[in-house]
Amino acid sequence: MLSGSTPGARSVAPGEQSAPKTAPVRSRPRLVAIVGPPNSGKSTLFNRLTGLRQKVANYPGVTVEQRVGRVKFPGARGEVELIDLPGIYTLEPRSEDERVTCSVLRGEMPSVPKPDGVILILDSTNLARHLVLAAPILSLGLPTIIVLNMADALRERGGQIDVAALASQLGAPVALVSASKGEGLEPVYEFLTGQFGVPAPSELPVIHDVPRCREWAMRLGQRARYHPPAPPVWTRRLDALFLHPVYGVVIFAVVVVLVFQVIFSGAQPLMDAVDAFVQWSGQQLKASLPESAWRDLLLEAFWGGAGSVIVFLPQILLLFLFIGILEDSGYMARAALIADRTMARVGLQGKSFIPLLSAYACAVPAIMATRTIEDKRDRLATILIAPFMTCSARLPVYTLIIAAFLPNRPLLGPFLWTRTAAMLGLYVLGFLAAVATARLLKSSILKSEPIPFVLELPPYRWPTVQSLGLRLLDRARVFLRRVGTVILSVSVVLWLLAHLPLLEGRFPPIEQSLAGTLGRTIEPVIQPLGFNWKIGIGLISSLAAREVIVGTLGTIYGIQGDESSASLQAALRQDLSQAGAVALLVFYAFAMQCISTIAVVRRETGGWRWPAIQFVYMTGLAYISAFIAYQVVSWANG
Amino acid sequence: MQLSFKKHPAAALVPTTSLADLLPGRQAVIVELDLPGELATRLMTLGFVPGNTVALVRTAPGGDPLVFRVDGAELALRRDTAQQIRIDSESISPLEEP
Repeated sequence: MLSGSTPGARSVAPGEQSAPKTAPVRSRPRLVAIVGPPNSGKSTLFNRLTGLRQKVANYPGVTVEQRVGRVKFPGARGEVELIDLPGIYTLEPRSEDERVTCSVLRGEMPSVPKPDGVILILDSTNLARHLVLAAPILSLGLPTIIVLNMADALRERGGQIDVAALASQLGAPVALVSASKGEGLEPVYEFLTGQFGVPAPSELPVIHDVPRCREWAMRLGQRARYHPPAPPVWTRRLDALFLHPVYGVVIFAVVVVLVFQVIFSGAQPLMDAVDAFVQWSGQQLKASLPESAWRDLLLEAFWGGAGSVIVFLPQILLLFLFIGILEDSGYMARAALIADRTMARVGLQGKSFIPLLSAYACAVPAIMATRTIEDKRDRLATILIAPFMTCSARLPVYTLIIAAFLPNRPLLGPFLWTRTAAMLGLYVLGFLAAVATARLLKSSILKSEPIPFVLELPPYRWPTVQSLGLRLLDRARVFLRRVGTVILSVSVVLWLLAHLPLLEGRFPPIEQSLAGTLGRTIEPVIQPLGFNWKIGIGLISSLAAREVIVGTLGTIYGIQGDESSASLQAALRQDLSQAGAVALLVFYAFAMQCISTIAVVRRETGGWRWPAIQFVYMTGLAYISAFIAYQVVSWANG
Repeated sequence: MQLSFKKHPAAALVPTTSLADLLPGRQAVIVELDLPGELATRLMTLGFVPGNTVALVRTAPGGDPLVFRVDGAELALRRDTAQQIRIDSESISPLEEP
């Protein structure tokens, strides 16, 4: 059925045969761009046409993701590359997404050749609004096929359209398809394999005049006997529940708790399993290799360093599974609607809510999840404040220091104990820093352009396994590539710092290593915070990941222990005053001590500029706050 | 230039009220977008065009944002944006549910 060889529609093919594909001008495969409004099913069509043969990158210098893939033709072979462009409503380059789409279509994007053809995908159940986009796209003069998606929903809800009539009005092929079910795609394959014809629409409006464009689209709809479908009944019923003043809020709270629970506790067994596997394979490797410096490097930097980050993979995948279900089903838009009023108070919007919530587990997946925020300034603000949320990597550090310095006493009867209160206080501290930073950013450098908050509430749909699977695969690939590059290199560098220079052919004690020297060098800088050089080494080593400081301090004191080890706590009390301990907690609450986060921010923002600003800002804030905390507590303690 | 089509020709003649004052389950005809050019164009692209009928379907829990039905799709706007959109008060009618 999908052979793509319907004889009638292939009448253009002979022309193609006379100009064979081996013509010397074409050294690269043809490039076809998929364009369409948000929620029209662009990515579904892209996934349907390319399958797993796709790769994701960022456009240089911007936060917009670039997805390119090879078309998988059923049966026949062909060389066509597809590029999935950001969703747009118009071709006026106002937002960053629209700028990227416009430059690619006009051949002005440096890294992308000008497309040879365009697939314009529109939602057939929403044609009154979506058909307007055909005007600016057709006036580009590129070979275009108009794909009307959601044919199944149109049919089920009693709508109809005369595809042939619309095609003759637009002067371009039109296909009525269901991208999610894969039906009606033959004309799309024919378009991709056949000769590309330039569209010849019977009329085009002045594309900058919105009402004229709408009239044009409406006229076209009438001539194509477009009959809009009945409203989605189930969506109405579900919205009455999910947006109910009482039940809606309760369901929202349940979903939030569920997400939190899954990424915090639900992921734990899987993370333990990965951890156990990393440990076990490390042991196997250790046993099978002769003792040497190389073995230590391999085990400690590769297995110990990068391996400790791999452990987060299950958590990241579970979070994205959740986000995928919420997004594909349509609930995410409702959640954003409910959260919007609260988020608006700090200058953000509803869509920032889920990423910020997941930042309590780990800032890395949270920052990856900000992709759902279309407004680039809101997205950037969310990325910049996410690392202030108390992530799980801070917990071992907090636990160690609180346990070492704060006796556990009942504070509010049996309900609240001092240590719990201190931990809660640190959560609040991070949250307040995030809110204050959001306000600061949104009232200054990231003040939103006058783009109003508009949220489209798509009909509810069942998420498909294929779409969820591709999403998870994609995120896993992105994460593993980063572990294999940035995080691995940093782990190796930190390991070398702790093991060089060699003393008489042996590794030095950590005090005499480069890291130790560095710790001593920065001692004058961190002394005003009440830290000595040992804490300094800890700070440097925890750049890899915050919790590494616990192990490093153990190494320095010659104690094999974790955060609950009493001897490590005792050793720490020798080196840190109470005021210094408070300062260290404050420092960890604010500082961006995490290479993975820096790497993911660089990737998501398309350059070093934002991670650099963020690092300087957070470290500066951490330093100043820790300084104030140290001075105040020292003074209060006399 | 864009100012010229932010306003319906009949704008000066009809009594208007704000879109934010529409009750849930009612629909009305948009008369004018009292917003800067860029914003107005953006909203017009989405269907908030003078002459078009929009209905308030419901509000988010807490009363803001507002969910409108425009051209068969549902779009949410914040109350302060809706306040800048004028509707023809005489065109207000109950939304017929099919």
